[in-house]
Amino acid sequence: MNSLILSTGARFLVALFLVFSVYVLLRGHNAPGGGFIGGLIAACGFAIHAFASGVAEARRALRVDPRSIGTWGLICALIAGLMAGPLGAAPFQGIWAEIAGYKISSVLLFDIGVYLAVIGGVLTLIFALEDLGEEVG
Amino acid sequence: METVLALLSGLLTAAAVWLMLSGNLLRFLFGLLLLSNAVNLAIFAAGRLTGAAPPLLGPGGALPGHEMANALPQALLLTAIVIGFGLFAFALALTIRAWRSFGHLEVDRMRLAEPDEGEK
Amino acid sequence: MSWILALPILAPFLTAALAFLLRNRRGSGWVSVLGAALSLVLAVRLLLAVLEHGVIAGQMSAWPAPFGITLVADYLSAAMVLITAIISLAVAIWAMAEIGQTSTRLGWHGLFQTLIGGVSGAFLTGDLFNLYVWFEVLLISSFGLLVIGGRRQAIDGAVKYVTLNLISTVLFLCAAGLTYGATGTLNMADLHRAVAAHPDPGLMTVIAVMFMLAFGLKAAVFPLFFWLPASYHTPHFAVSAVFAGLLTKVGVYALIRSFTLIFTHDQGYTHQILLWTACLTMLSGVLGAAAQSDFRKILSFHIVSQIGYMVLGLALMSPLALMGGVFYLLHHIIVKANLFLIAGVSRRLTGSSDLYAIGGLYRSAPLLAVLFLIPAFSLAGFPPLSGFWAKYVLVRASLDAGMGLVAFVALLTGLLTIYSMTKIWAEAFWKPHPNGSWPRLSDIPARPRWLMLAPIIVLAAMTVLIGIFPQPFISFATIGAGQLLDPAAYIETVLRGRAS
Repeated sequence: MNSLILSTGARFLVALFLVFSVYVLLRGHNAPGGGFIGGLIAACGFAIHAFASGVAEARRALRVDPRSIGTWGLICALIAGLMAGPLGAAPFQGIWAEIAGYKISSVLLFDIGVYLAVIGGVLTLIFALEDLGEEVG
Repeated sequence: METVLALLSGLLTAAAVWLMLSGNLLRFLFGLLLLSNAVNLAIFAAGRLTGAAPPLLGPGGALPGHEMANALPQALLLTAIVIGFGLFAFALALTIRAWRSFGHLEVDRMRLAEPDEGEK
Repeated sequence: MSWILALPILAPFLTAALAFLLRNRRGSGWVSVLGAALSLVLAVRLLLAVLEHGVIAGQMSAWPAPFGITLVADYLSAAMVLITAIISLAVAIWAMAEIGQTSTRLGWHGLFQTLIGGVSGAFLTGDLFNLYVWFEVLLISSFGLLVIGGRRQAIDGAVKYVTLNLISTVLFLCAAGLTYGATGTLNMADLHRAVAAHPDPGLMTVIAVMFMLAFGLKAAVFPLFFWLPASYHTPHFAVSAVFAGLLTKVGVYALIRSFTLIFTHDQGYTHQILLWTACLTMLSGVLGAAAQSDFRKILSFHIVSQIGYMVLGLALMSPLALMGGVFYLLHHIIVKANLFLIAGVSRRLTGSSDLYAIGGLYRSAPLLAVLFLIPAFSLAGFPPLSGFWAKYVLVRASLDAGMGLVAFVALLTGLLTIYSMTKIWAEAFWKPHPNGSWPRLSDIPARPRWLMLAPIIVLAAMTVLIGIFPQPFISFATIGAGQLLDPAAYIETVLRGRAS
């Protein structure tokens, strides 16, 4: 697609989407939000980029293979679930710690894992479909 | 309200079955999409439609004083929609691949994996 | 307890992630093998815990049942998880000889382990909606495995596999949603009580039949099996083997679980349908096999007919019959996966799986011929192999129930199975190769040769072992069937919770 308005606007939109996605991810701690919806928002940002400047450009902007992002997300989520083991809690039970007055938890790690897995999974699908679509053209 | 949803769900199912019986893979997929939406609506209706507030705790974990809605059907729905999205995207990619390798999407003519024994 | 239950599911997923990250390196296949070995150890630990306690249950995140995510293992679940791990290890080793660079780069090993994780999850979950989620996990990874390395034929098979399985998915989801709407719970142990106490048994029967259709499609029973012989012969042989061994069995397991634990309120109706389905499945599958001329297609149709035996065990619902069904389920996974692996070796030797285009394996590769005969005879029910005991028990149970016709169908199916196995034997092994070549096992380089033969030999040895010493396996299956028929211990364990 060759639209000057879209490709110019997309640059701002992608940045906006990414910042907003991180905000939603962290907000999910105590309020509606979380890794899943945050991941979808971030994936939307890259999807818009792919529509505006093509899949190759979007892949370049992402730098990493989306499938690897998804895999790392899975690993984060699994680690968050397994962390409870050595501490004698049930699988996937939340583990909390306080560092310098800030509470951090394995729940957050799990959410980050979900965030990455959703970005990776959705972008893999979108890029694959776009690639196939261009070849069929 | 449940009646309307039930009717809508039935209507979607009817349209879905009609599309799915048409022998074209793409139409089949759209039928499947309609069918999964019909099912999602059915689950939504099965979870009861109420005017109650969302089941969120107040500050300090205080129980809200008013009636709360059952959040579980919505949670099931969300999961089902996400899974359905993933499966549909895969099926779509597969359809494109099929179109590229066969040059058509007529299911009746896809006999590559099951050739007529007589033609050998 | 909850860790013993959760680890056999988590281990394959961790392996999948590592194997996928290493997909461009050489070690990807070994990661998969090591992960499978780890899963095997964890599965053995699970089985030992179950042998000690009878039924064990655990809650994820320590949320109590029926609200949290429950994992349960009784004898049947634990045995299924163990067999899954065995097959996973065997196929992971075998796959190193077959799966090439291209498929590895596309993430074959990662998808394979995800599939195993999904299968283990489905066997261990104690909750209908989670069962749905695990079905989806294994479904989407099986889609990937089916098309990776795909020739045009595989795309064609995948179209049928994907579309029909998606319909089953939608049906399953609808039934689960309606169950929740009608009873207010999705925990299987809790449902046992809720379904029995529901004021409208007719409604419950409708929902039960929806589940029957959904699981029946996955299990490939008559008349819902058409996707199976259309797709199982198209992908890599390693994929065929694991699909044939495990995937349809997940459907059978779901049928057994739901129709012994949840929907037992109207057995005169539901189990009658299952009985007819079982007979027709046995017959139509084996007749289909008799008409085929491709190594893997014959085996695929055999899966269908063998599924009939397992459903028969469920339909009769007597202690003996259920024991036979459970025993059949366990023995068949090993035998069937092994037969597909042998088909893979024969294809590698002769260059085709079309029976009219190959031959001569008896003279050129006698070891393979012997290895083929063991699972083939077991499948057909020759004593003293494992299949004989499985068939014997089921025939005996149908005679005990006064169903001579059913017993006759079961015996006839066994006979026709021998007929189509003879066809493979005569064409692939006995007659000389049409182009006059004598492909020997030693023609394959040593490394892939032993990677392929070792799992086959071990699985064949297990078949013989079960056949010669059936007693411990039969008594295990008897206790397992007892737990299915009287789920009181299961329900007590889940709801009161020995959760820790």
